[in-house]
Amino acid sequence: MAFTAFASTPAVEQAPKKRSFIALVLLLPGILYLVLFFLTPLISLVITSFQQPVLDGDIGEYQAGFNWQNYVDSVGEYWPLILRAFGFALVATVLALVISYPIAYVIGVKARRWPLLQSLLLTLVIAPFFISFLLRTLAWKQIMSDEGPIVQALKAVAILPSDGHLTGTTFSVIFGLTYNFIPFMTLPLYATLERLDLRYIEAGADLYASPFTVFRKVTIPLSMPGIVSGTLLTFIPAAGDYINASRDFLGSSSTAMVGNAIEANFLVLQNYPAAASLSIVLMAVILVIVGVYVRRSGTEDLV
Amino acid sequence: MAIASFAESGADLQLSGITKRFPGFTAIEDLDLSIPAGSFFALLGPSGCGKTTTLRLVAGLEEPTEGSILIGGKDVTATKPYQRPVNTVFQSYALFPHMSILENVAFGLKRRKIGDAVAKAHEALKLVELDHLATRRPAQLSGGQQQRVALARAIVNRPALLLLDEPLGALDLKLRRQMQLELKTIQTEVGLTFLHVTHDQEEAMTMADTVAVMNKGRIEQLGAPEELYELPRTAFVANFLGQSNLFTGDVVASGPDHITVDVAGVPIVVPRIRSRRHAGEVAIGVRPEKVSLLTSAPAAETGRNVLGPGRVTDVSFSGVSTQYLVEIPHVGELVVFAQNMVFGPVVNVGAEVWLSWNVEHGFGLDDEPGSVPRFVADDSTESIAIQRRIALEEELEQA
Repeated sequence: MAFTAFASTPAVEQAPKKRSFIALVLLLPGILYLVLFFLTPLISLVITSFQQPVLDGDIGEYQAGFNWQNYVDSVGEYWPLILRAFGFALVATVLALVISYPIAYVIGVKARRWPLLQSLLLTLVIAPFFISFLLRTLAWKQIMSDEGPIVQALKAVAILPSDGHLTGTTFSVIFGLTYNFIPFMTLPLYATLERLDLRYIEAGADLYASPFTVFRKVTIPLSMPGIVSGTLLTFIPAAGDYINASRDFLGSSSTAMVGNAIEANFLVLQNYPAAASLSIVLMAVILVIVGVYVRRSGTEDLV
Repeated sequence: MAIASFAESGADLQLSGITKRFPGFTAIEDLDLSIPAGSFFALLGPSGCGKTTTLRLVAGLEEPTEGSILIGGKDVTATKPYQRPVNTVFQSYALFPHMSILENVAFGLKRRKIGDAVAKAHEALKLVELDHLATRRPAQLSGGQQQRVALARAIVNRPALLLLDEPLGALDLKLRRQMQLELKTIQTEVGLTFLHVTHDQEEAMTMADTVAVMNKGRIEQLGAPEELYELPRTAFVANFLGQSNLFTGDVVASGPDHITVDVAGVPIVVPRIRSRRHAGEVAIGVRPEKVSLLTSAPAAETGRNVLGPGRVTDVSFSGVSTQYLVEIPHVGELVVFAQNMVFGPVVNVGAEVWLSWNVEHGFGLDDEPGSVPRFVADDSTESIAIQRRIALEEELEQA
């Protein structure tokens, strides 16, 4: 009896082991994918960022090294573009939040009683995704072009000086960023507001809070998870964006963001170490900002 | 216009001609209700009877279709909820999940800019014995604790009128009893007007000074718990508030003090003043605990009604008392509650018994003849719902 009792112990332990094996098999494709398409390029990027030029080599010819000076050089040269990128991204994120919150509130709270209307409005929010964002941004370039009706009208009422433009300005770049990222802000906000328990709003009103105070003290804090994910989904890609600020789209050389510098160094100047080091600096700054932001916003006990 | 000071005492509430229609149905029909200041008033009724809607109308969370609401003599029909001197303890508690217990309790005080909000919140938490949990979040508390926080959050504001929306529904029996006592103590101590909505008849009777029984958007009967229990006006009240044995029959004799009703050939006497109708077909009843169970035919005696012989069909022992079901030919099944003066039941299933009760304990109902269910054994919301469903199914089968 004693022996059988001992013998049965490993058999019992086998069950969870088997399960973890299955879990591993299921996770394998994902892990492989991440290693291949995320980790490999990242390591390659880090290596590239420390490369040094080959003596008497061609343009764009680099060899392995530990040339940390690349970082000093690229940040030294491009710091205004880095600052501009984060400034633009911040403004675009705030604008997108201000525009998206009422939209998400209407869809998620006010339209709750009419599910059909709710789905229709949601489809409208997603509708821009049916067209490539490159095309949509180009379309805005057309709309805002000097010959376009908007510029003509603004010039006619003297809001815009006669030699003024809309494209290639800070305004058009931030406009493009805001426009392109509004759905990324609206959807997570909607997801949170859709689940907002209206009884808390009633409780707030019952406890002498005016509608504005209820919004400030109850609705906003309870929708923090949506606000945090929405702002992250907008801010991170907006900070690295190089399409809107590109001179081919809504920007000009005076509105270039760090993404444009990375693009130019990789594809035009063939200064791969500079591009790689800028990418890593951008990534690191975003990580720090996001880390501080998520920690400060205190959504741990809400999500 | 925030109310920057505490209410000195409870205020009276007056609802006049309130009607509330939602798309597709009417929740409340021409309701008149007046609650004196400082009283503990219970609105009792099955789910869907309109009691919660009434509460929400008073709180300002719904607008009446017609009628007006007066609190302390002031018409508040058109004012917003945050402008009313009213606080609610919600059925779901609705404690703000992103705030600590203390912040929850201080919320109303801070909105009204009342000084020392934090100290007053601590005091209110001490009253419900939860001050040691002030820094916790609502999710970290048990259901009973959350309920007490919800109560503290409402009471700390000293509203002229406190609304309670089945706040004890989610608690287990023992905790519910304890909370009922605490609520009653607090109400007496602070002297506020309480309007308590519940479907639990026992809760309503033990706590309230005045109970209004509501059914289908109307008040069936209003009065002190004893009055309602001893002299129900309608079959609904007779069955919702405790249990009743109900009979129908024609009035065969009508004297100055008593009327005699023919129930399946047996004359049953009911006091005239305890009877709402005095001629034609009437519905009469008697409470199960007023009926005594006899194992031999009693000698005819004036002042007592006798039914029998009948057969005991069910005996259920519940500790304090035993419930007997007695089938009497042509009359139907009757319930008898007998106190357990001896060990265990006195008779077993199948025994032949007679039932007798004091004439003065009978009551006559106001219902239209024919609409009275002959006998409804159970009084809980669920069983009423089940009985309605059975009736509906029968109707459908016949159709």
